[in-house]
Amino acid sequence: MFNASNNVYADNIDEILSALQKSNFSEKEELITKLGNIQTNKSLKVLKSLEKGILYYIKESKINVFAKKVDKKYELTDITSGKNIGLIKKNKIKRISLNNKLRKHTRTIIAKSSLLSDNKNMRIEAAKIIFESNLIELLPLISQALENEKNKNVIKELLKTQASLSLLSGDKLLINKSLDYLMKTTDPEIISVVNQFIEKHKTEDSYKEEIIKANNLLNKINSDLKLYKLIENLFFGLSLGSVLFIASVGLAITFGVMGVINLAHGEMIMIGAYTTYVIQLIFPQLIEYSLFIALPFAFLVTGLIGVVIERLVIRYLYGKPLETLLATFGISLILQQLVRSIFSPINMPVTTPQWMSGMLNIHPALSLAYGRLYIIAFSIAIFIALLILLRKSHFGIKIRAVMQNRPMARAMGIKTNWIDSMTFGLGSGIAGIAGVALSQITNVGPNLGQSYIIDCFMVVVFGGVGNIWGTLSGAFLLGVGNKFLEPYSGAVLAKIITLIFLIVFIQKKPKGMFALKGRAAEINQ
Amino acid sequence: MISNFIILNILRGDIRTKVFLSILLFVAIIVPLLNIYVPASSYFHLTDYHISLFGKYLTYGLLALSLDLIWGYCGILSLGHGAFFALGGYCIGIHFMREIGPRGVYGDPILPDFMVFLNWSDLPLAWYGFDSFSYTLLMIIIVPGLLAFIFGWFAFKSRVNGVYFSIITQAMTYALMLAFFQNDFGFGGNNGLTDFKDIFGFSLQSHATKIVLFLLSVLALAIGYLVCNSFVNSHSGVVLKGIRDQEDRLRFLGYRVENYKLSAFVVSAILAGIAGALYVPQVGIINPGEFAPLKSIEVVVWVALGGRGTLVGAILGGVIVNLAKSYFTVNFPEIWLYFLGALFVLVTLFLPNGLLGIIKKIFLFIKNKKEKSF
Repeated sequence: MFNASNNVYADNIDEILSALQKSNFSEKEELITKLGNIQTNKSLKVLKSLEKGILYYIKESKINVFAKKVDKKYELTDITSGKNIGLIKKNKIKRISLNNKLRKHTRTIIAKSSLLSDNKNMRIEAAKIIFESNLIELLPLISQALENEKNKNVIKELLKTQASLSLLSGDKLLINKSLDYLMKTTDPEIISVVNQFIEKHKTEDSYKEEIIKANNLLNKINSDLKLYKLIENLFFGLSLGSVLFIASVGLAITFGVMGVINLAHGEMIMIGAYTTYVIQLIFPQLIEYSLFIALPFAFLVTGLIGVVIERLVIRYLYGKPLETLLATFGISLILQQLVRSIFSPINMPVTTPQWMSGMLNIHPALSLAYGRLYIIAFSIAIFIALLILLRKSHFGIKIRAVMQNRPMARAMGIKTNWIDSMTFGLGSGIAGIAGVALSQITNVGPNLGQSYIIDCFMVVVFGGVGNIWGTLSGAFLLGVGNKFLEPYSGAVLAKIITLIFLIVFIQKKPKGMFALKGRAAEINQ
Repeated sequence: MISNFIILNILRGDIRTKVFLSILLFVAIIVPLLNIYVPASSYFHLTDYHISLFGKYLTYGLLALSLDLIWGYCGILSLGHGAFFALGGYCIGIHFMREIGPRGVYGDPILPDFMVFLNWSDLPLAWYGFDSFSYTLLMIIIVPGLLAFIFGWFAFKSRVNGVYFSIITQAMTYALMLAFFQNDFGFGGNNGLTDFKDIFGFSLQSHATKIVLFLLSVLALAIGYLVCNSFVNSHSGVVLKGIRDQEDRLRFLGYRVENYKLSAFVVSAILAGIAGALYVPQVGIINPGEFAPLKSIEVVVWVALGGRGTLVGAILGGVIVNLAKSYFTVNFPEIWLYFLGALFVLVTLFLPNGLLGIIKKIFLFIKNKKEKSF
């Protein structure tokens, strides 16, 4: 008895801590409350470590410490001085332990004191803790905090917490206010609280109106969730579509414009991805910029390989599509094995820069990955660049001239051989750029190209040969279609259905969605 | 009637047919002899493993032959012929699985081990009937044939030609591969079908069964060759060649081009299915890897190497490339893909008529010299 009263009368941090060493759970509760009343950064830190279970004391000297497990020993930090004391074995120290009730109490205290903290992240954190553990007794504190709060994000979090707490307060005025507010935000996290509210009051006639309101709220949240799910699916579809577009647009040039079936196209993508890996290997300190460095390199490397292939093999096979198909397949095998011999058959680790990771939060129910957003933007950029290149530039005009009427183009003084090489180089180079983008989303290994080549052909054929508008719409349609099928059928079956759809589609429209018409179509055959 | 026709064909047949059949007969006699009568210590002894290996090459030869029928004579390049081969293989594989009966690891009287493992209570519908051998034989012909019929009927009716046809056949085999990899599809998923025990009560591991299977492969190849040969030398064969060279012209002359193409495609698919059905008992496993687009496209290079549009050349190509593959993958695994890749490039660039083209040239050269010397 004597001891207990002694403990409870302690009032600075060090005293409280040494009291904590020898007190029972009910005494601890009072001590923790006291600790919370001190309201300094240090007391907050002590409370948090208490809650996490890293608050210890050394058995011999009774000094309070924070302990962090390093291997099999514990690294200690003195609480009073904040100095590192060194490693110690487990049996030399003892943890100040809590039970579940005390842990909850501690959390409440922490939330209470963090709510008044200077740091806005800590205030948000506090509001979240109060929201999650539904600490109704803190409702006045929240309202008080709201009055002084200026930061928008914190206000949002506090309002949500306030609304959720008032919902269970039993006060009709508060409940109505809260329901009106929640109706505006439709946050899915609120569902369980609303359900609790309905459960609590469903037998009481006086709450009839509010219950109806709450049910409406639930319906609205659910329909909103559906909408956001739809948007999310669309987004996934668009990002898959842009991946398909990036991967296949190079093929749209070589196959569509030149009529060359390049089965080594996938390997060009693979080489582009490996270029990214090598760039990251050479400039390890520039990981953040590695993708931008890799883009021109990948374009040059694969473009050059493309030109060499065109000069050595493909130019002898113009007008023989099936032979081209076989020869380029042979090239693809050689390139794959080359990569296996140089690097190794296993996948290579490619680092994702910081700016590519993370999520963009649009709504509590909808957050989009930055990586996917950048890929969509990148694919559109490539599309616009190619469109300008083919439509407006001198080179593009020559490409189209050769494609539409080779003898006439030659008669006008265009070096058709040279244009062929350059066009093939361009297609291959763009495949290389695609490889840089794909290195961020798939495994970089020797089989990377193989897994994309069939999809690429499907996109090009679906969109219509010789038309990058067709490739763009083909890629996006297939991507979105695939992602909308996936929830119902699973990923593999979605892919199979897409393939079957394409097989049937080609029967109906053998020249794709946007077939070239008139003279260009005849020459293209 | 057909047998009369075939025998007539042999008697009347060209020199190439006679040479080919004699070589085949020679192989059919010498290989079992080297296995049975030559002592194991001798350099010329062939082990049971070799018998199955040669049998495997012959089935590959039959597969190549089936592709040559449509690519060489009709200009249809199928990049999905491996699918028909694999389907034939799966049919016989299912039969073998049913034959195992209660001898599986889990001892279920009807369900194969993998189904017990997946906690299935009933046999999937597609598996019914395969306990009967004659039904299985029928299916080996019907399944690939029907798929080819449906696929070809739509494709040829809509006049899907050339490269587009190649791409959709590739999509077909790719889709089938994805499907067969699924456990739910009901054919053993990733692992495929394996651990076969016996055929007609004869153990598949036994010496005699292996020789019989080998001889069956020889027989199938010979009959397949004769069927193809009589097909391409018949009136229909001439039409096929016409389609290959000038499809529109044939159509204007009033031929139902798509019907000719379709019949060639179906015959070819059935031959590929039979090849697959003979392949599986000799290697002892069938898995979805056989559907991989790479496998199908490899068949094309066998035909191209041997000589497109020659039948014998295709078989030769199938056997030679696979002999080389066995040799390289054992001794220089690194080099095999370089070699195969280079083969693709060099054959298309420098050997448009394949190995048989070279042989022909050599014969012509000798003939010319003889004529000159007279």
